[in-house]
Amino acid sequence: MSSDPTSIDFEIPARPEYLSLVRSLVVEAAEMDTHLSRERVEDFKVAVSEATTNAIEAHARACCDDSIRIRCTLTSDRLEFHITDRGFGFYPDQIQVLPEPDDPSRLNYERGLGIYLMRVLSDDIEIHSGPDGTEVSLSIRLSSNNSNA
Amino acid sequence: MEFGVSIASRGQWEILTVTGEIDMATAPRFRQRLLAVISTGAQNVVIDLSGVDFIDSTGLGVLMGAAKRVRSSGGDIRLVMAGSRLAELIELTRLDRVLDVFDSVSSATQDSDS
Repeated sequence: MSSDPTSIDFEIPARPEYLSLVRSLVVEAAEMDTHLSRERVEDFKVAVSEATTNAIEAHARACCDDSIRIRCTLTSDRLEFHITDRGFGFYPDQIQVLPEPDDPSRLNYERGLGIYLMRVLSDDIEIHSGPDGTEVSLSIRLSSNNSNA
Repeated sequence: MEFGVSIASRGQWEILTVTGEIDMATAPRFRQRLLAVISTGAQNVVIDLSGVDFIDSTGLGVLMGAAKRVRSSGGDIRLVMAGSRLAELIELTRLDRVLDVFDSVSSATQDSDS
């Protein structure tokens, strides 16, 4: 636990069976703000889960046994999740451009929706990536100011 | 709810009923069950996701892969999402343009029953 009362730091083994635990933490943290709608919480849960999935995959590619680090920060107006891995990093602007959804060839691509979902299901996203790993920061606004991107 | 897949037949349709969460942890089992059905030569497949609490891009990828396989052999695949957030996720990703979504198993299988 962090000494900062607004933040909680935790680590999970880089294994898929821990994704459900992370999603539970999103729900628990979000429920501290009673104005957040269930839909907003469900959306943010998907976004955080996608980021954590990418982190787990990054560790698998790098054959890295380290834990995934997650920081949850609750401020007066935002709920933030920061997911940090120690993989090889990636470059968002080099992500493959997929066919439009109404193009039948879109079915040839089973991957490639994760970052899109992170972007549209959170209010803000920042990705810092380098050869030593990636940190994805996701946040949603609290209170009655909620709006989906 | 724990992840699970049950399989039944209705007319010419093979119906997979899925419960629980579909993510990186459970998607391999989901894919395996789907492929097992498709590999038997099933041409008409309904996937009932009404009991699914959560799906992510990994799960959506499994659905897309299954649709590709079934359609490439001339078959039909239909999704059922009765009153769930999943339907909104499908619309958000615009995958509803390439995946056929219904609100009940009976409506999904109506063509073959009538």
